[in-house]
Amino acid sequence: MAEPIIRAEGLGKMYMLGQAAQRERYTALRDVLGRSVRNVGRRALDIARGRAPPARPRAEPFWALKDVGFEIAEGEVVGVIGRNGAGKSTLLKILSRITEPSEGRVTIGGRVASLLEVGTGFHPELTGRENVFLNGSILGMSHGEIQRKFDEIVSFAGVERFIDTPVKRYSSGMQVRLAFSVAAHLEPEILVVDEVLAVGDAEFQKKCLGKMGEVSSREGRTVLFVSHQLGMVQRLCSRGIVLSHGRVDFDGPVSAAIERHMTAMAHRQTEDDERLLAALGGYEIAITRVETFSASGQAIDQLPWDQPFQVRVRLRVRGPVAGRLLGVAVDSHRGGRVTTWVTDLADVVAAGDEHAEVALEVAPGILAPGAYSLAVAVTEASLAVIHLRDGESPFAIVDTGSAMAAFTNVDYGVALIPGKWSPAASPVPSDPPAAAAE
Amino acid sequence: MTAVPTETKAAIRAPAPARPPAHRRTLVLERGRADRRYWLDLWTYRELFAILAWRDVAVRYKQTVVGVAWAALRPFLTMVIMTVVFHVVAKVKAPPGAPYAILVFAGLLPWTLFSTILSEASGSLVANANLVGKVYFPRIIIPASTALVALVDFAVALAILVAMMVWYRFVPSWRLLLIPGFVVLGVLASLGPALFVTALNVKYRDFRYIIPFIIQFGLYLAPVGYSSSVIPAAWRFWYSLNPVVGVIDGFRWCVLGGSSPLYLPGFFGSLAVVALLLVLGVAYFRRTERTFADLI
Repeated sequence: MAEPIIRAEGLGKMYMLGQAAQRERYTALRDVLGRSVRNVGRRALDIARGRAPPARPRAEPFWALKDVGFEIAEGEVVGVIGRNGAGKSTLLKILSRITEPSEGRVTIGGRVASLLEVGTGFHPELTGRENVFLNGSILGMSHGEIQRKFDEIVSFAGVERFIDTPVKRYSSGMQVRLAFSVAAHLEPEILVVDEVLAVGDAEFQKKCLGKMGEVSSREGRTVLFVSHQLGMVQRLCSRGIVLSHGRVDFDGPVSAAIERHMTAMAHRQTEDDERLLAALGGYEIAITRVETFSASGQAIDQLPWDQPFQVRVRLRVRGPVAGRLLGVAVDSHRGGRVTTWVTDLADVVAAGDEHAEVALEVAPGILAPGAYSLAVAVTEASLAVIHLRDGESPFAIVDTGSAMAAFTNVDYGVALIPGKWSPAASPVPSDPPAAAAE
Repeated sequence: MTAVPTETKAAIRAPAPARPPAHRRTLVLERGRADRRYWLDLWTYRELFAILAWRDVAVRYKQTVVGVAWAALRPFLTMVIMTVVFHVVAKVKAPPGAPYAILVFAGLLPWTLFSTILSEASGSLVANANLVGKVYFPRIIIPASTALVALVDFAVALAILVAMMVWYRFVPSWRLLLIPGFVVLGVLASLGPALFVTALNVKYRDFRYIIPFIIQFGLYLAPVGYSSSVIPAAWRFWYSLNPVVGVIDGFRWCVLGGSSPLYLPGFFGSLAVVALLLVLGVAYFRRTERTFADLI
């Protein structure tokens, strides 16, 4: 392979987490002055009393990135994944020169453009035309380049008619489309993309991905892509880098990287549960863990749409189970509750067991592919809540070839309800209720 | 696992056409390294500088219907008040041959330029926090572009000065042609302190409360409502070290000509202070700008 376009060696980024820095996002001069006056006073007092002054409360270093090294060849599309706080954003910030590394170095052989947020620098008072130029220059396009692509950008966004209207009169969808469109027409050697594709409607997202793919293939653009949407990483990238606690945990083929990431996530859950148990001391009946299991009995959160799966709930029981209810509900990540299952607790937990695990088998093919989370509650018969955990165990139903597979990026709903099409036995006369026929 | 639309993936992975790497520059990111190409970088980002300045001007004059009127009215009313207070009430005399109102206005113009740059620049980085935190460019562009906005206001106020000269039938001398030079000096004199204040304001957010106070105070410290010739000779040199004094004196000299002679030792002292503050301001800004994104 030729000379890498990006080479990172021993990269590290340190932040000081002082006692003050943790509480305050920024410092106020008044506080700094106040603090130092107080410290001097205290010190003087200590010395006067013949005591050694106490050591200063030292700010604590926190390494957001440590010893990160990798090489990326020209034309590679690399996904960077990791849980929140693993250092993904810090890495992208260093690569796009927003912040400098504390140690190590990066060598970059091309122009970097970062799409950290769509519409950065859009100004509501300016017209669409003015904003295209503003946003384009902010993203690193030259004036001539924007001029050349202007018509293309506007027609791609589909806002031709409103291009001389102030952006504040645009619908939010139009704003996002215009911003996306500017971004999609960037042509740097290296493109850094951070979650931007998470917004905007699915139709347009698809269009943008197509556009980026097309430009990439023609010009061999290198792309670094950070996202929590593993499906999208899988679809776009060939290689994955997993970051964990600021270090490179895995670097290799994208599917292996995603698997690695998910194992790490499952591991974390166990850690959390032990800490959680202590915190749940006060509950008579506490929900200690919620997980999804595949048909073959593996704890995974990517579930094929055509296989049954299980929701397993662990409980710590220190009170009577009789007359109490256990409910599990599925919430769509688009918002809204999809369905709820309720059972008498006494039916699934034997009286006297302190630790119990309850399984709920869910039939396949009904929950539509998409992202969901679970809400689990233990209640009295009156529905008074004993313990409720919301937003637990996020999982995805993965489309491996349903009838709707072609509509992956379209919001077609949360359920696949069997239906049967046929020509109607006695055709309706085409005349009066025309609206109904459409 | 996931249904992969293979055509997209294949398209992205398709081999890159060979490209001559010659015209491509290699960038090394390292602690403290960004410095080397600082001024070159600034040049490559000149378009962004222009467009940010243009944005600020466009927004300023779009948002307020009376945008232009406001830029004209503010210095005009201040001039009226100062003339009344210093000349009519306190009986300060104007140098022979110069109407007091023009004396005041000729001082007020550079002062307004200075105070606008100082106050607009100080909050500019925080106001553009979303840009600073998300995109790279030499940060100095943002406070510097506020200077252009201040210059537009300045041009509007300059038109009033011309109108006043016509009103008073005051004929300026050839020195009026030197005004652009003093405008540049005024911008440089403002940028030094402005860069300091801008950088400090990122770190200490309550610093902005001090700015209006400094400006209010400075209005009386600087020879705006009076001519610096009223300062006792023994103090004149030290008084002139205030960088704003040099700019205002120079401006008056251009406008009023012989009736407001330039006090040369003080003027050069003032120039030296301007240069010193500018160098220190830029140096401090550059030293701190690398951490702006972490603070903002």
